[in-house]
Amino acid sequence: MRVALFITCYNDTLFPQTGIATVRLLERLGHTVEFPENQTCCGQMHSNTGYGDEAIPLIRRFVKAFRDAEVVVSPSSSCVSNIRTAYLRSLVDTGDEALKRDVADLVPRVFELSQFLVEKLGVEDVGAYYPRRVTYHPTCNSLRALKVGEAPLKLLRAVRGLDLIELPDAQECCGFGGTFAVKNEDTSVAMLSDKMRTVLGTRAEICTALDSSCLMHIGGGLHRLRSGVRTVHLAEILASTEGDFIHGERR
Amino acid sequence: MASAAERHTFPELAKRAVADTQLRRNIGNATQTIRAKRAAVVAEVPDWEDLREAGRSLKEHTLRSLDRYLVQLEEAVTKAGGQVHWARDGAEASRIVIEIAERHSVKEVIKVKSITTEEIKLNEALEAAGIRPFETDLAELIIQLGDDVSSHILVPAIHRNRAEIRELFMRKLGLTELSDRPSDLTAAARTYLREKFLTVPMAVSGANFGICDTGTICVVESEGNGRMCLTLPQVLVSVMGVEKLVPTWEDMEVFLQLLPRSSTGERMNPYNSFWTGVMPGDGPQEFHLVLLDNRRTDVLADRTGRQTLNCIRCSACLNICPVYSRTGGHAYHSEYQGPIGAILTPQLHGMESAASLPYASSLCGACYEVCPVKINIPEVLVHLRTRAVAQSGFTLEKLAMGAAIRMFDNPRLLETAQKIARVAQRPFASDGYITGGIGPVRQWTKARDLPAVPSQSFRDWWRTRR
Repeated sequence: MRVALFITCYNDTLFPQTGIATVRLLERLGHTVEFPENQTCCGQMHSNTGYGDEAIPLIRRFVKAFRDAEVVVSPSSSCVSNIRTAYLRSLVDTGDEALKRDVADLVPRVFELSQFLVEKLGVEDVGAYYPRRVTYHPTCNSLRALKVGEAPLKLLRAVRGLDLIELPDAQECCGFGGTFAVKNEDTSVAMLSDKMRTVLGTRAEICTALDSSCLMHIGGGLHRLRSGVRTVHLAEILASTEGDFIHGERR
Repeated sequence: MASAAERHTFPELAKRAVADTQLRRNIGNATQTIRAKRAAVVAEVPDWEDLREAGRSLKEHTLRSLDRYLVQLEEAVTKAGGQVHWARDGAEASRIVIEIAERHSVKEVIKVKSITTEEIKLNEALEAAGIRPFETDLAELIIQLGDDVSSHILVPAIHRNRAEIRELFMRKLGLTELSDRPSDLTAAARTYLREKFLTVPMAVSGANFGICDTGTICVVESEGNGRMCLTLPQVLVSVMGVEKLVPTWEDMEVFLQLLPRSSTGERMNPYNSFWTGVMPGDGPQEFHLVLLDNRRTDVLADRTGRQTLNCIRCSACLNICPVYSRTGGHAYHSEYQGPIGAILTPQLHGMESAASLPYASSLCGACYEVCPVKINIPEVLVHLRTRAVAQSGFTLEKLAMGAAIRMFDNPRLLETAQKIARVAQRPFASDGYITGGIGPVRQWTKARDLPAVPSQSFRDWWRTRR
């Protein structure tokens, strides 16, 4: 399949390894990956903070970049959720019927990575090897907006060497919430401290999820505490193979 | 109600709340307990999702023809011997209640728990007119005796524990001996209240539902204090928001299943009181229904905001909310707290007095998932954020957001910004993490590290492959 990758602005800037892993994984599964270079940001921060009208040029940019794609895949559930739920809502009062049609036509072809693999391609074992103790945090957008359900867990269970530990109170938000994390810093950190407590309680080495943004929040707290526990995007786990580890140590 | 600039913002109040060990424990325990109870009784109902949809569509239907239904209710109540009053705002509603009390030379009234009367500050208005209101709901009594403020729409004293209530009752009810056993605390309140039920000649209530075809008003409560107030006094006044209507008696089948399971986690609510006008020789001999607008028709006129009026005040969204369960209700500085408070307060009291509330959410969506009438609270929150931005003047945030759009709308500018960030972060970065900074980075890094911008972006890597 010809897969157009929507990398998202923060993966491009802060977490290139997540994008690289997504490319490696999809190519290993025999797909052709394209990266339309005129893509930037879906506009989520703007539309969630009350600047939905200002973000309309970014909707137009996204449509222009991906209009001809067979499928669009993104390693970010919150960006996919923004595209699926906010785009048409933002355009309601604009008279731009052509853009509305383009968005309605494109949205069904936009997938979050784990949903693409499990639901669209029907793949669960992607041939990955990752000898680590891992816990999975279902981010709010993947859980409630995209309803990815068991898809990421099915993928993780099929990874050789991986010890999957269930996270208690997993459905509780980590406290990121985009600009919420800085506008309501105290409450955000109060939520984070409870999330870190449950992550650390699993004694996992790695906490994984479908969103680099939420992982940046959980990982930022865990690093500040020098907990030794890291956050890793699901794509990076799925991209790993035996060749990446020598005597169990990551190269 | 007059709107004033927001004096206490959510972040300021929440900062204090999350640092309060006792509060965190009280609220954390209470919300966890009630969440589990709700989840268990909702799971028992095989057609729960159908019930939610029925509740939502009944509310939507009624609100779409509210003009017609309000007149139908007025006619039915009047025909049954009740008197109907229309109040544009809280001041008008309070004046109507006070006039009724003065006509009967009443100096004391007993009250059924009612958030609507809190919304219009009725108790303050009554006291100013020399009339003393007595709250009879146990939690409302605790709030009133403690000169406290409600922190939960269903369980107003949720922020208090048994030891604190024991101390309050001993002090305010003049008791020399009292244990902190719930049964003893309830008995103390009962002794105090019984005399009021038997002697005070007028009661004021809110209303959960107004049934249009029969003219019946419904109050749902758990302690029996409501039943006493609704049956013993000679005069009964009910203040009801205009959104509380349901078309027919039959529709109660839906709401009396949705409400108790969502609110207290019970299969059936203990006391469901229904009354239709006046019954000669039985119960109150004078019944007044005050229909309150107080900006509800403005909410109705707003395409996205109007779903807020579906609310049946169950409080499931408060209990499930990760923000509420850590800050408690006082941080919302409103009689409506939690996710529903964050959308209702700015719409009823004016955005300028509550502009920080639409931002008091991580948009996690748990509230929408549990709402028995399917209010898409995250959608309304985002909609109200847009209004808050539109109503605010110049802010640094607006400037930054505008600049960010220009950057994101031009891949070259984005790349330039990435390059600048790699240089600008140097004073704050070590070993791949930023630990301090200015503006939003400072807020982030107070308690969290931030990954430094790496030397190669994904875009850079992609080009190396070509």
